[in-house]
Amino acid sequence: MDFNDTPEEAAFRAEARQWLEANAVLRPPGKSRAGLLDVEANEVGLLGRAKQWQAKKADAKWACITWPAEFGGRGASAIQNVIFNQEEAKFDVPPNMFGIGQGMLGPTIMAHGTPEQKKRYLEPMLRADEVWCQLFSEPAAGSDLAGLRTTAVKDGDAWILNGQKIWTTGAHYSDWGMIVTRTDPRAAKHAGITYFIVDMKSPGIEIRPIHQINGSKDFNEVFFNNVRVPDANRVGAVNDGWRGAITTLMNERASIGSGSGMGFGVQELLRLARETEWNGRPAIEDPSVRERIADFYWKFKGLEYTGYRTLTALSRGTTPGPENSIGKMIGAPLRQELAAFAMELQGAAGATLDRDHSWRGGLAQQGWLGSPGLRLAGGTDEILHNILAERVLGLPGEVRVDKDKAFQDIPSGTVR
Amino acid sequence: MNFDFSEEQKLLQKTARDYLAQHCGLDVCRSVLESNGTHSDALWKGVAEMGWLGAAVPEEYGGAGFSRLELALIAQELGRALAPIPFGPSAYLVSEALLEFGSDEQKKRYLPRLASGELIGTFAHSERAGRSALADVATVFARGALSGVKFPVPDGAIAGLALVVAKGDAGPLLALIELDGQGIEVTPVGSIDPSRPASRIAFDGARAEALANGGGEKAIAHLLDRAAVLTAFEQIGGAERALEVTREFTLHRYAFGRPVASYQAIKHRLADIYAAIQLATSNAYYGAWALSTAAPELAVAACGARIAASEAFDLAGKDIIQMHGGVGFTWEYDCHLFYRRAKLLSLALGTPGEWRDRLIDRLEA
Repeated sequence: MDFNDTPEEAAFRAEARQWLEANAVLRPPGKSRAGLLDVEANEVGLLGRAKQWQAKKADAKWACITWPAEFGGRGASAIQNVIFNQEEAKFDVPPNMFGIGQGMLGPTIMAHGTPEQKKRYLEPMLRADEVWCQLFSEPAAGSDLAGLRTTAVKDGDAWILNGQKIWTTGAHYSDWGMIVTRTDPRAAKHAGITYFIVDMKSPGIEIRPIHQINGSKDFNEVFFNNVRVPDANRVGAVNDGWRGAITTLMNERASIGSGSGMGFGVQELLRLARETEWNGRPAIEDPSVRERIADFYWKFKGLEYTGYRTLTALSRGTTPGPENSIGKMIGAPLRQELAAFAMELQGAAGATLDRDHSWRGGLAQQGWLGSPGLRLAGGTDEILHNILAERVLGLPGEVRVDKDKAFQDIPSGTVR
Repeated sequence: MNFDFSEEQKLLQKTARDYLAQHCGLDVCRSVLESNGTHSDALWKGVAEMGWLGAAVPEEYGGAGFSRLELALIAQELGRALAPIPFGPSAYLVSEALLEFGSDEQKKRYLPRLASGELIGTFAHSERAGRSALADVATVFARGALSGVKFPVPDGAIAGLALVVAKGDAGPLLALIELDGQGIEVTPVGSIDPSRPASRIAFDGARAEALANGGGEKAIAHLLDRAAVLTAFEQIGGAERALEVTREFTLHRYAFGRPVASYQAIKHRLADIYAAIQLATSNAYYGAWALSTAAPELAVAACGARIAASEAFDLAGKDIIQMHGGVGFTWEYDCHLFYRRAKLLSLALGTPGEWRDRLIDRLEA
């Protein structure tokens, strides 16, 4: 038992490292890698730099390395991908803003697309000459994605799309989107769905940013008003789009989350507890504080070490399964609790959110305001519990009252 | 990245699981519990024959010469079987203490007999209700004699050798004492888990010796860290088994026309137990890595393993009853065996609360 590379992994790491050293500079100590929030703050400049970096990687075959060679990758294993990402993260390079396309939509096109689609779309996606977004969730179809209502109606050699998508990351700077639509409302709900590639510059598309409770605008609503999509852009057979959607979602799950290092963590909490006084003494000396911090510590460490176990499985050539869901299922609510406790440590000042007057500019408060989103995005706490219960523990699925009904007869959304 | 046990180690674990499936069904635990017995002697002899008692003991002292990683996996299987034997005190504490702090003569004298199971070891630390620091230990070791009261001490009725935390001239130390000598009074006391009985032991000038290098708070803390990691594996084994039993029951128990396992109220609880076990397992793996490589990280890793495994088994041990409903509260169903063992193990080596405090101490050191 150790944390070392195998000889093959070490050789691959050295190769990656060598290329990175020749083409990028190491990130200076103390400078954190740009994250999604920075993306919003400085989107235009960052997007351009991210594209340049991606093209540079593509030229040297270091982009999308798990993709097969015929599509521009190098057929690398999952563990090699992790190793490259680990090494890349040590360098002062822009964040990868193309993960949704490259990690989820590209593999879907590979699996279900026509030869023409593969030829047309994959290479520019890999180079980030074209940026992609995923148009799945709707106001009435989130956890119950197959409840989607955006319609596509055949019109000659094209389809006419109408409806609304929501929670779309990067819609405003994307060139292409992949969208699941309702094509047969008389069929059962999973059986009447068709999957398309849509040009985001098409007439009739309107994109509006969503204003979140933490003030950020990380996502969009996307409205479709008689948007015309050629039939050649259909991915998979008519009314068989659910299969493709599953491929996309499986790839979402297979992408290993970065996990650590995001936002307000245990190290910051420890620091706060040292710097904040309770009754004239550092709060860290109070037994109730110590007890709480200890619990945060072993839980977050448990998640980190679970990540090492996942990497070990990858290293040994096994594919991690749905048991990976515990990372988000535990991590997201834990972050919320941790931020709330950090505010409690500050007493009444915990309720302030002020760059100049709050502890470290309101870091804990910002984490707290952002944390409800973590518990919802990419599978809610509740859905993740179901996934673990059903796919890992093998417990029965939910009783489905909508199973054999035509979609048009199923109540969905908010019904009063 | 190689943060897992090897194939050979997993094979050994499988052998242990198969052996215990055959020789230690839950009826073995129950029979000790119902008879107010001391332990299962047949299982003890079997476990000794399998070489598990000396798994981490070098061959020159009569052991199998494996590492602590193998011992950890054996512990996990014994936990899964709720084995009613004095394995933990004897192997994780007394043998480990001798290996870490004994003189060669002490090792030669005791380790072969501990490894063969002929001699049972126990660990006498606690003295009274409440929490106390090592500095407050009242049992005194002076001029080769031990005086004081230890309560509770596991397996007092059958142990031949006790490792006693006592106050010496230069601070706390670990003393070795053979329990068949003069000035020793062993009184059985009831246990929440009668499959693992306890005693009160009073020493009155009883002849003892200091463990050669077992002096000082650091040594005692280190011993507890080692035992905490190994015990964590035992707790995880118990928690896994409790979850399996619960899963099986809820899949076959119907209410309102459906298996109760199809209700989210039940499913989500089982998912929470699963998650708690995963967190405990990951913390325990980290502890096992630190233990087996003598890494300084052990001091922090042991705390995480200890707390996480106690949480997981406590949760699985109480929810197994809740998920069974009324029958879970009956003597006939096995749920209470888990409920009892989980709490016993979480209180045995210092409570999770003490380990939380220790964790922060060590992070801030």
